[in-house]
Amino acid sequence: MAARRWTSLTLTYLLLIVAFVSFTFPFFLLIVNSFKTNGDILENPFSLPRHWDFSHFGDVIEKMNFLVTFKNTFVISALSVAFILLFSAMAAYYIVRNATRFNKTFFAVLVASMIIPFQSIMIPLIYIYGAKLNWIKTMPMGLLIVLYIGFGSAFSVFIYHGFIKSIPLELEEASLIDGCTRRQTFFKIVLPMLAPTSSTIAILNVLWIWNDYLLPSLVLNDEAHFTMPIKMKVFNGTYMNNWELLIPAILMTVLPILVVYLFGQRYIIKGVMQGAIK
Amino acid sequence: MIAEKSKVKRLGNQLFFTGPTLIAFAIAVLIPFAYGYYLTLMHMTSPVSPLEFSGIDNYKTAFQDKDLWASLWLTVKYVGATIVLVNAIGFILAYLVTSGLRSQNFFRTALFTPNLIGGLVLGYIWQFIFVQSLPMIGEKFGIEALRLGWLGDEHQAFWALVIVTIWQSAGYMMIIFIAGLISVPKDIIEASTIDGANAFQRLTRMTLPLMVPSFVVTIFLTLKNAFMVYDINFSLTGGGPFNSTQMVSMHVVQKAFLETNYGVGQAEAIVLFVIVAVVTGLQVYFSKKMEVEA
Repeated sequence: MAARRWTSLTLTYLLLIVAFVSFTFPFFLLIVNSFKTNGDILENPFSLPRHWDFSHFGDVIEKMNFLVTFKNTFVISALSVAFILLFSAMAAYYIVRNATRFNKTFFAVLVASMIIPFQSIMIPLIYIYGAKLNWIKTMPMGLLIVLYIGFGSAFSVFIYHGFIKSIPLELEEASLIDGCTRRQTFFKIVLPMLAPTSSTIAILNVLWIWNDYLLPSLVLNDEAHFTMPIKMKVFNGTYMNNWELLIPAILMTVLPILVVYLFGQRYIIKGVMQGAIK
Repeated sequence: MIAEKSKVKRLGNQLFFTGPTLIAFAIAVLIPFAYGYYLTLMHMTSPVSPLEFSGIDNYKTAFQDKDLWASLWLTVKYVGATIVLVNAIGFILAYLVTSGLRSQNFFRTALFTPNLIGGLVLGYIWQFIFVQSLPMIGEKFGIEALRLGWLGDEHQAFWALVIVTIWQSAGYMMIIFIAGLISVPKDIIEASTIDGANAFQRLTRMTLPLMVPSFVVTIFLTLKNAFMVYDINFSLTGGGPFNSTQMVSMHVVQKAFLETNYGVGQAEAIVLFVIVAVVTGLQVYFSKKMEVEA
């Protein structure tokens, strides 16, 4: 029995190590090749750099206009997610507590919309907000944020809805009897109770919005507004096969989110897990 | 249900609480989605030129578009391959990291990491691997399969896409499966052990049937993601070589924006929507039927 337990343990470890290596190997390649020259990258993609060369990072920061691009991505993601959390929580709360026919229908439409492929919305989107209303020219960042709130709301309302249903009504009734208005009850009693769910929803939305390419590439036309994925695309096109610039650029694009993950991994994994159960 | 007495107050709260979401959702999804049907009936050569009514011409052209069907068939194959492989590998990983090892949290964290990277950048990373790194290994060790860059051959390029998809999403599915595995009641597993079931029997007779709700979610997600895949397709293979790896989403984008055939592109996008709606609908309906109570 003990011997069998030992074999299965070894096998488990062996398989996990194989998985670990194959899942992290691309990151290893990115890191070691970021410090090499083109010739060294082409000759020995797998080995450590012969001499560590940090100069490409400076180049990349300058050529990618990194600080501006990073700021754009940050502002768009942060504002979109903040509004998604607030608005979705409000909507989900009201849908649960006032289950009128209108609210039930609204909820059903939201949930059903999750299977709409972005491709079947994208052409009318560009037509209406580009050609007809000209918002793409006049307020690209604002439009993008509103679109993210709209796209993110279905899933977020769905998860909040599930959680709010499990909150006992008595707390809210007590606060209403004590003289709070409906809005005060929501902001002072309910919203703080939603914090764990909110962090789950925030994580899932940040991951998607931060990395999104197609939508911002359609809406943002001015280089001053570019987000990291679009900038990466342009950069890749300009410096094709110039790996000594491309590899550090890729590393710098993924680094911010990897650093956040390093510090918050416990909460992020937990958040994704909670999102999965509901 | 808490209802206000006065109608004015109720309407005020309704607008206050659901208004912002309703407006943003209408702007992003409802209005464009509805308007999209109208656009399929129009001849539209550029986003700014005036629309001309064309009836069902766009649908006719779409149905005669050989490239659309080729890209759809390719997408179906890709959907099939990723559903099987992503879920199988995701489940195996979840099974391994819930077996009670002391380092299981470390492995969970590491295996989830690829999911943090966006599809576009992911494609570029793997381009480096397939174009620069693997041929090096092939050269050094004389492995013929690796020597030629995978992205230059249509069959290998397809599998390259599948591999990258597995690499990206197996960790996410693993997390969902972990949530499912943890919630399998321990007493049932113990009872079956006492009754003499071995590890394999416990897995196939007890655990897997109780995991159906997790599989409903993961299969739905892989199905949906695979049908709509764009970023990886675009940045890894760019549809090449010779359009052989162009999936349906990329085909629609191409049709509309590069060939500036917006009406036909939109009609093809609607065809895509109908297919996704039918397939995911059937999937959820049938797999819900398979769920068992613990």
